[in-house]
Amino acid sequence: MLEIVNLHASVGDRPILKGIDLSIKAGDVHAIMGPNGSGKSTLSYILAGRDGYTVTDGSVTYNGEDLLALPPERRAATGVFLAFQYPVEIPGVSNSTFLKTALNAVRRQRGESELDAIQFLKLARAKCKQLGMTDEMLKRAVNVGFSGGEKKRNDILQMALLDPKLTILDETDSGLDIDALRIVADGVNSLRGPNRAMLVITHYQRLLSYIVPDYVHVLAFGRIQRSGGKELALELEARGYAEFGVNEAA
Amino acid sequence: MTWLDTLRNTNRSRFAELGFPKTGQEAWRFTNLGALAGTPFQPAPPAFAKVAIETLPSVTPSHRLVFVNGFFCANVSASDILPEGVIAGGLAATLNQHPALIEAHLGKLAHDTNHAPQALNTAHIADGAVLYVPKGVRVARPIELVWIGTGANEPLSWHPRLLVVLEPGSEATLIEHHLSLDDGAATFANGVSELAVGAHARLHHYKVQRERNSAFHLSTVAGRLEQGAYYEGFLLTLGAKLSRNEIKLVLAGPGAEAKLSGAYLVRGQQLCDTTTLIDHATAHGSSQQLFKGVIDGAAQGVFQGKILVRPDAQKTNAHQLSRALLLSDDARIDAKPELEIHADDVKCSHGATTGDLDDDAMFYLRARGIDQDSARSLLIDAYVNEVIAEITFEPVREAFEALASAWRYAG
Ligand SMILES: Nc1ncnc2c1ncn2[C@@H]1O[C@H](COP(=O)(O)OP(=O)(O)OP(=O)(O)O)[C@@H](O)[C@H]1O
Ligand SMILES: [Mg+2]
Repeated sequence: MLEIVNLHASVGDRPILKGIDLSIKAGDVHAIMGPNGSGKSTLSYILAGRDGYTVTDGSVTYNGEDLLALPPERRAATGVFLAFQYPVEIPGVSNSTFLKTALNAVRRQRGESELDAIQFLKLARAKCKQLGMTDEMLKRAVNVGFSGGEKKRNDILQMALLDPKLTILDETDSGLDIDALRIVADGVNSLRGPNRAMLVITHYQRLLSYIVPDYVHVLAFGRIQRSGGKELALELEARGYAEFGVNEAA
Repeated sequence: MTWLDTLRNTNRSRFAELGFPKTGQEAWRFTNLGALAGTPFQPAPPAFAKVAIETLPSVTPSHRLVFVNGFFCANVSASDILPEGVIAGGLAATLNQHPALIEAHLGKLAHDTNHAPQALNTAHIADGAVLYVPKGVRVARPIELVWIGTGANEPLSWHPRLLVVLEPGSEATLIEHHLSLDDGAATFANGVSELAVGAHARLHHYKVQRERNSAFHLSTVAGRLEQGAYYEGFLLTLGAKLSRNEIKLVLAGPGAEAKLSGAYLVRGQQLCDTTTLIDHATAHGSSQQLFKGVIDGAAQGVFQGKILVRPDAQKTNAHQLSRALLLSDDARIDAKPELEIHADDVKCSHGATTGDLDDDAMFYLRARGIDQDSARSLLIDAYVNEVIAEITFEPVREAFEALASAWRYAG
């Protein structure tokens, strides 16, 4: 589904990713762990299409298509979804307007019929309920005044509505309480399936005991330093990143 | 009427001395009237609207007065049943019916002898609108003024006068639509409004201006708020090649409150100037101003806002903020917020911010499948709606939101 080959990327003049190779098949869940500043969010932004990152070498192919050539909205329509490490606040735009606009934009691009206000509200309320969110959060401005955990849940609500094929979760677990973590993990797991894949970025083994990965990768210094099965996460939790040359005191 | 002739004549000679303001004058530093002064405008003759009444804008059932090139057109106006004693009609007609009332108020608030556009208006007083609400009377439904400009070939000018008198304890809602009927030669609407808000009276005053691209629109408002009076004003500017809303409010009585806000959305070569002076003359007054501009193309926004707190105006609460969203490299805003404070026990603030669309928000929207144009629209609407939300009268709020939203598609 996703082929990342020798990906090099910079912010300004500064190289951040220095040769990432990663292949994700449909049905697989991959986890990426790694120290702060190693380039995990950078990778997720590049996959989602954010401006400001220059790909200096390598390629990203998604279902046979050059992903990097598509604008962000096309990537979303073809099924790429990024749950942000820091979901953005948008004052003045109500959450329901945002969700409805997004859902219908995606449906239009996928050749599906748009939902009217009533159909949308019914769907949104049902998804909210599943995620333990109140309807009131649909009326409020997007993420404005939401707690850290509420913002993360709101991103997962968007995921649930947009029905992605490739989901990238960038530290979705940070800021979630234990109950919320389980609810969010259930939401994510319900999207697992033979035609879908996931890339889960996290610092903690705890999330991976709910969303059990098929593969775990260690990203440090802009490269994947080691890959393994789910047991690698346990090992990292116990030993840290010292063996990859990361000074833990720093 | 001799008093009126005297008023006109004095101002005619005053304007002859003053001429149109030049950018060398501090108050007109950013707004160049050269093109206006250089156009050979002819005074518009009394005209009749060739419009169907149902095509005229109205946000709600109301008492509606329609003006064409500044002249009241009874045939296309619509009357509502008004409470006893309320006068809402054309200035010329009201002058005939209630000469003493008009004489008592006309020219009493707008009397700045150094203000050229105001002198020019007064020199030409012919018609306009009058709203008079007697003591303690509340007019529940709004009064709408539809000011239509028209004229195809030769540049026409008109100088409408609006006189609003709210006696103590009364309340009214006034909505002004300024628009052009058609396209054509330059027009010059030079309005002056006098707003006398009596003790504990409440005036809600909403204005939208969407005149054609060749229009010049100057508006000078002089208002006076007595003890405990409340004034809520909103200005939505979408049209005209050059427009200036100049508003001076004197909080003359203790505890008066003024809320003045507005949004302007301009593009191309448009210029929109908002110039305010809130004069806190006595204690316990409060004023709040928020203006937001969306400026595209090579358009220009001007904001000059001054808060004056006089020595007697202790316990004043006065706040003012100008914000502008620049959508293109050639768009510009000149903002000059000013505080002049002569009392020590006051809370005052002012500020001006300028920015472009938030990149993070743009990316967030696009990452959810929303294309770039739609994402921009959503963010612009959100930006503008934040200030439109200041309008307390819901039908106007909704109508203005729709007009602002339609602006984006008109480009
Ligand atoms: N816009 C930017 N300008 C400058 N430096 C940037 C920018 N974006 C990322 N970087 C730098 O790139 C490096 C990688 O950042 P990134 O956010 O990808 O790390 P991360 O692995 O997600 O870290 P964390 O675990 O703390 O979330 C960091 O050193 C960061 O400071
Ligand atoms: Mg990160």
